[in-house]
Amino acid sequence: MTFLIQQTLIYAIPLMIVALAGVFAERSGIINLALEGIMIFGAFVGVFFVNHMQPAFSAAKEAGNWMTLQWFAILAMLVAALMGAVFSLLLSFASVNLKADQTIGGTALNLMAPALVLFLIRILENQNTIQMAEGDAASWFMIKKANFGYGRTESMGFLGETFVNRVYLATYICIILFIVLSIVLYKTRFGLRLRSCGENPQAADSLGINVYKMRYAGTTISGALAGLGGFVYALTTANCTANGDVAGFGFLALAVMIFGNWKPLNIAGAALLFGLFKCVAASYSSIDINGDGVFLLAQIGISAHLYRMLPYIITLIVLAFTSKKSRAPKAEGVPYDKGLR
Amino acid sequence: MKEKGNGFWSRNGTKAVLASLISILIGMMVGNIVILIVGATNPSMGIKSAWEGICLVFGGMFSTGRDAAGALTFGFNPTSVGNMLFRATPLILTGLSVSVAFKTGLFNIGAPGQYLMGTAATLYIALSIPTSSVPAGLVWILAFLGGILMGAAWGAVPGMMKAFLNINEVLACIMTNWIAANLVTWFFDGSALCNAVESGKTGYIYKTTFNGVETPKMGLDLLFPGSQVNGGILVAIVLAVLVYVLMSKTTLGYELKACGSNRHAARYAGIADRRNIVLSMAIAGGLAGAAASLYYLSGNTEFFWSTYQSLPATGFNGIPVALLAVNNPIGVIFTGCFMSILNISGLQLTNLTAYNEYITDVIIASIVYLSAFSLLIRSLLDGRAKKADKAKSGKKGGGKA
Repeated sequence: MTFLIQQTLIYAIPLMIVALAGVFAERSGIINLALEGIMIFGAFVGVFFVNHMQPAFSAAKEAGNWMTLQWFAILAMLVAALMGAVFSLLLSFASVNLKADQTIGGTALNLMAPALVLFLIRILENQNTIQMAEGDAASWFMIKKANFGYGRTESMGFLGETFVNRVYLATYICIILFIVLSIVLYKTRFGLRLRSCGENPQAADSLGINVYKMRYAGTTISGALAGLGGFVYALTTANCTANGDVAGFGFLALAVMIFGNWKPLNIAGAALLFGLFKCVAASYSSIDINGDGVFLLAQIGISAHLYRMLPYIITLIVLAFTSKKSRAPKAEGVPYDKGLR
Repeated sequence: MKEKGNGFWSRNGTKAVLASLISILIGMMVGNIVILIVGATNPSMGIKSAWEGICLVFGGMFSTGRDAAGALTFGFNPTSVGNMLFRATPLILTGLSVSVAFKTGLFNIGAPGQYLMGTAATLYIALSIPTSSVPAGLVWILAFLGGILMGAAWGAVPGMMKAFLNINEVLACIMTNWIAANLVTWFFDGSALCNAVESGKTGYIYKTTFNGVETPKMGLDLLFPGSQVNGGILVAIVLAVLVYVLMSKTTLGYELKACGSNRHAARYAGIADRRNIVLSMAIAGGLAGAAASLYYLSGNTEFFWSTYQSLPATGFNGIPVALLAVNNPIGVIFTGCFMSILNISGLQLTNLTAYNEYITDVIIASIVYLSAFSLLIRSLLDGRAKKADKAKSGKKGGGKA
């Protein structure tokens, strides 16, 4: 059970935070199809930063100073988010200033990110992957019970074992960020203005809101979150490596966003569901749900391929049933033209 | 309908070509700037290597390697030309796929999925009908048609979701892409078609030549010795012409375009808009399936079946091919060849310098980015054309650009 919860969280958290990235862009009226590309870029930047800064922190690693290492991880997350935001400016510039087709602009970024990242990785590393300079993600960044003075055989209890032992701080930072930003979107003046630009930018403009600025803000926050999500994905599921690929997580996050009907609470639920599928698909043969030594999922004999496919099929089915009720922001994808007011 | 303006510069066609050329030029500049920055900041590479890289980006097609002194040599290289035509074949067809959908107002980002489904059907048919009892030519045709039909069926799925349930086709396409990637992996997982003869080839399906099925060379291999070229390129060109005829000379094509311009107006005029949307996506899917068929029936290509984590780049590259050609089926032939020239340049870059082929993807991405606001470029050109008209310069120059 502990294993199941931890694995689900590991897959669900990047999905959740990147889906929220999509919400911020779309609620401001910009379709951000580039989530996948920004994730790829963010993952590369974060891993590159870790790779280069490791020598500076190796003393702390030697001394077992795990708090310092956590700060190191946070710093890498910040850098990834920052560069993700910068990368997303390409999209905002095209879709806000030049009134370009947002779908094509997003597709361009999706093509650009892996190309640029692989070009650089190949030159830097002479292979197609960049990884940590020394050690692995678990030994550097994972929080373990030994950090709190527990011995190898001592148990922290169910809650401790599940939520404190062998987890990444990034998971909790993302959850806190998710809650804070959801509140910002719904309970602050800024959030209300942002959402109004995605629903009726003409009306928003007539009330003195700068639609262009709001859309820039929405897309930039979106880029930062997607970049962060990309690095968190690389850190927690890929052992802090980047290879110009996040296995379609950006698109899956887009599906989570639609599944969650552009509402944070629903998105959190959808992300957990999709995370569960991902987790089951990745490790169904070794999941022992209630700890009685029976590997139920392996015995049912359903193919792993079906588990992998399920999130996409479910999204399609849900879309089919809810497309009439689905509440996409009304003005998303439409460039704002002051002359049309 | 098109050539309304009087002077060469104010024609719509000229402007479209010019806008595409500008996009290409800027895209290549971006690629070269990246090379320059990397070369200049990396002490082990230096400016000289950056200059060589830039030469290869522009002239990779004509590269013939390095001479004894280590300098790059250029000249006519028949192998490169042949390989260019071979690689252009699937690109032209996925480009056609995307452009047909565009004409009906749909963004077919589902080409990778349709391509994969076409691959699976083609390989299954080509490898499981024994050529000992059925003539290889017939198997080839069956496999080709099977690929087209499978692609068409897969393309029709998002088409139906769009037409009857009003689901955004971009999302439906992305979902069907990943479903296709998983389905194809599932289909081939543990199947008898996986290559078990050659060691070190785990994860690959047999080449179609294993069953004696391959596209006839049609004499092209004599023209371009040492290359992979085959008759597939001719099939692709014929299909492009057929699509052109379909879109601009038939009632069906007119109806499809009408739906693209304004679905509701088309419906008001008595056109079955839903049927046409499904049809357009099916045609698009069929073309993407044909791309896969021709690529894998060539006999010298292998399919890596465990593809559930990645989608084929050929499918996505149909998007820039179509955008650069402004969705003109005949233009797609040329832009498809251009993309494949870039591809060859990338390979030469990997072989001959410290840079690698991904720079061409950077160039392609920049071109797509630019074509997102090609309208802006065209309206800028419009402004220039008007000025030129005012200046009463009746010259029909063609030397520029």
